[in-house]
Amino acid sequence: MILTKTRTLVANYNNLPEGSGYSVKIDDKEIALFKVTNGKVFAVENRSPHPKGGVLTEGLISGEYVFCPVYDWKISLADGKVQAPDEGQVKTYQVEVEEDNVYIII
Amino acid sequence: MKKLVMIGNGMAGVRTIEEILKLSPEQFEITIFGQEPHPNYNRIKLSNILQGDTNFEDIIINPFDWYKENNIHLYTGETVTKIDIERKLVQSDQGREVQYDELIIATGSNSFILPIPGADKLGVTGFRDIKDCEMMIKSADQYKKAVVIGGGLLGLEAARGLLNLGMKVDVVHLMPSLMERQLDPIASSLLKAELESQGMKFLMEKETVEIIGDERVAGLRFKDGSFVQADLVVMAIGIKSNTSVAKNSGIYVNRGIVVNDFMETSAPNVYAVGECAEHREIVYGLVAPLYEQGKVLADRICGNETTTYEGSVTGTQLKVAGVDLFSAGEIFEDGTTKSIMVYNEYEGIYKRVLVRNNRIVGIVLYGDTKDSTRLFRMLSKKEDITGVSIFELQCSAEGGSGDIASMPNDELVCGCNGVTKGAIVEAIKTQGLTTLDQVSHCTNAGRSCGRCKPMVNDILAYTLGDQFDAAAAQKTSICGCTTISREELIAEIKEKGLTSVKEVMNVLEWNNEEGCTKCRPAINYYLGMIHMDEYKDDRDSRLVNEKMHANIQKDGTYSVVPRMYGGVTTAADLKKIAEVAEKYDVPLVKLTGGQRIGLFGVKKEDLPSMWEELDMPSGYAYGKTLRTVKTCVGAQFCRYGTQDSMALGIELEKKFERLDTPHKVKMGVSACPRNCSEAGIKDIGFVGIDGGWEIYVAGNGGVDLRAGDLLATVKTEAEVMEMTAAYLQYYRETANYLERTSKWVERVGLEHVKEILANEETRKALNERMDQTLKKYIEPWNEAIESEKIKDKYYAVHTVKAGE
Repeated sequence: MILTKTRTLVANYNNLPEGSGYSVKIDDKEIALFKVTNGKVFAVENRSPHPKGGVLTEGLISGEYVFCPVYDWKISLADGKVQAPDEGQVKTYQVEVEEDNVYIII
Repeated sequence: MKKLVMIGNGMAGVRTIEEILKLSPEQFEITIFGQEPHPNYNRIKLSNILQGDTNFEDIIINPFDWYKENNIHLYTGETVTKIDIERKLVQSDQGREVQYDELIIATGSNSFILPIPGADKLGVTGFRDIKDCEMMIKSADQYKKAVVIGGGLLGLEAARGLLNLGMKVDVVHLMPSLMERQLDPIASSLLKAELESQGMKFLMEKETVEIIGDERVAGLRFKDGSFVQADLVVMAIGIKSNTSVAKNSGIYVNRGIVVNDFMETSAPNVYAVGECAEHREIVYGLVAPLYEQGKVLADRICGNETTTYEGSVTGTQLKVAGVDLFSAGEIFEDGTTKSIMVYNEYEGIYKRVLVRNNRIVGIVLYGDTKDSTRLFRMLSKKEDITGVSIFELQCSAEGGSGDIASMPNDELVCGCNGVTKGAIVEAIKTQGLTTLDQVSHCTNAGRSCGRCKPMVNDILAYTLGDQFDAAAAQKTSICGCTTISREELIAEIKEKGLTSVKEVMNVLEWNNEEGCTKCRPAINYYLGMIHMDEYKDDRDSRLVNEKMHANIQKDGTYSVVPRMYGGVTTAADLKKIAEVAEKYDVPLVKLTGGQRIGLFGVKKEDLPSMWEELDMPSGYAYGKTLRTVKTCVGAQFCRYGTQDSMALGIELEKKFERLDTPHKVKMGVSACPRNCSEAGIKDIGFVGIDGGWEIYVAGNGGVDLRAGDLLATVKTEAEVMEMTAAYLQYYRETANYLERTSKWVERVGLEHVKEILANEETRKALNERMDQTLKKYIEPWNEAIESEKIKDKYYAVHTVKAGE
């Protein structure tokens, strides 16, 4: 089987809001896109790693972290890791920004 | 059926057979040869038999019936003498030949008997099987003096047993300290002192060179020329793998039968497990690793994908009454290790953990082994111990509050977040916590419903002991991002004229530049409270529900609860709600606790259009604000009603809706003391009486069940409105963010609040500030409907196709 990666244009960089997540659906995958204060863009699976689940787009963003809106877990957007005292990891996706175009590589 | 033969009928082998039967009961025809005439018994318990705590029947693990039930051919009292690897069969000392497809060697070990003159005399024994045990018990009937050679685990257990049997016991040990492979010198000396007090005598640093006597043993001679008298000699120096059958059959043997990570020997289809096997140059003599080997072997033989056996870290416990001892891993410090130690000489407690690169590599516990399970787990899993407290309670268990002291460490304190007492104590100790707030922050305890906070406070007091400062413990910094308290924050905002959340965090040097879910909403609230209508709300500093103006459900959908002032609705509104519910296929329509209708399970992208079609204001069923004003039917219809409760309720709700408050505020209006609106358990409750209203405050019907206190009795509705606004505004200005009115009143005192509100000037000023604040609010659902920007930022889901 050959594994290929697909690059999908998901947003215009300048239209991405700061301070709140941006919901993207690529086929069946729900992804939360975050443009943080330092200008970087991160993409994670829009699903809290908490065992009871929940979404992440509506979480409060602080630096390169998002707080799970339902269970208040602090999650690194860079590597998806849940910060102590909680444990877990959310799937992250590679993001490419070219000029105004924001791509997600899956 | 394939033929599986096992040589040996001991614990490791039979456990392997059990695993195989579990995995694949029909795969093999099984034959077992056992040298002893017994079924599989628990060898570990031999010392308990010797010490008189149990008998042989009780230590049998697999009775003969078990072999029958599982169709196992068992030949006891029969020794396999030869394995014919070419022809795949085994031969026994009774001339029996059995074919195999797979063969397990589980011959265990024998006691190591010193190769010295006289070692074959009567009255000299090892300590390995039930026969040795029975011999010692018999000797004790006839003889007085026993000598045990070997001051290790087995020797000391044997010596204790012989003491129990009424013998005088000397323990001879080659090394200067007992159990030197498991204990360091301190633990070793504590152990020696304890055993001496139990009546054991020790002959240290003595090398036995000869056993003296005629037919039966009479004594021992040591290398230094000294002599000791003995009627019984027990050799407990160590074990020797029983490898003779393997060796005779051409299988590779070193100290034990050498196996790889799948427990395979050098011969095809021949495996070895247990004390006869040598894996990565180690022969294990403890049961846990042998069982681990058995599991791997069972998988292998059944043809399952198996994990390999990677070796084991073992822990040792001495089974001697009056001695609590545990040891595992490395014992001695080298240049790369550090020790964590507790030594309480008075109570005979000694604990030491050896650490290398933040990992535990050795444990010695004496006198108190309750940490052993946890520490051993950390050792074997190689857990990073940075920030973890090693010993639960470093002092003895005396002192401190009794309830907390007797509470087991794994007991749940905070049910909401699953935080145990142990976790709290550990956090306090390792992170040097001194306030309740810090504890909540670090462990999550008390962060949800908060009911456990008093207990968390007790645990804090107990753990800190003398260092606990009750007043300081209550000092609450806003959150972990800063050390400043609420009062300091408010003073700074006013003094420095700070006007935005970002500016506050910046100027006041937050250690976490963009704050967290605790400080950001709080700062946003305080700014709005201070600057009233001049403050521009920071929507992204609000938590999900207030940001979305809808209540998030656990699956990421939302609920929509339109405002129904005073719980009064109309047929037209009901029709609209019904139509919207139908059109959007709303999964749940429910009457809420606050006399209105909730639509549950709405997708976020559907929210704006649903609101538009409803054309009703938000009920704010999600906010730190006025929720509902529950009313009874009142004087308009009810024959008991003395006042128009519905009208007052509607007036109150219309005036105070959307107001930001430190926490949610609920009201209830009843037209008579029968109190159908349950006004007695509301933040503010109004009860109609003949000729006026009673105003109750600080009631709570939730987590902190509390009956309201009477604040005032007034005559007119205008007075009700004026008093309520003053009270609410005073709460807004003085409460901590997220402090309910019930907690606030208990903290500041009802009398204090009454005094403040008794002053007409103050009341008037409070009312003015309230009115100015109320000016700024606009209806949020309508705002969203009209703003593409809001709709796109908060409610849109952008669907794209992969690769486009």
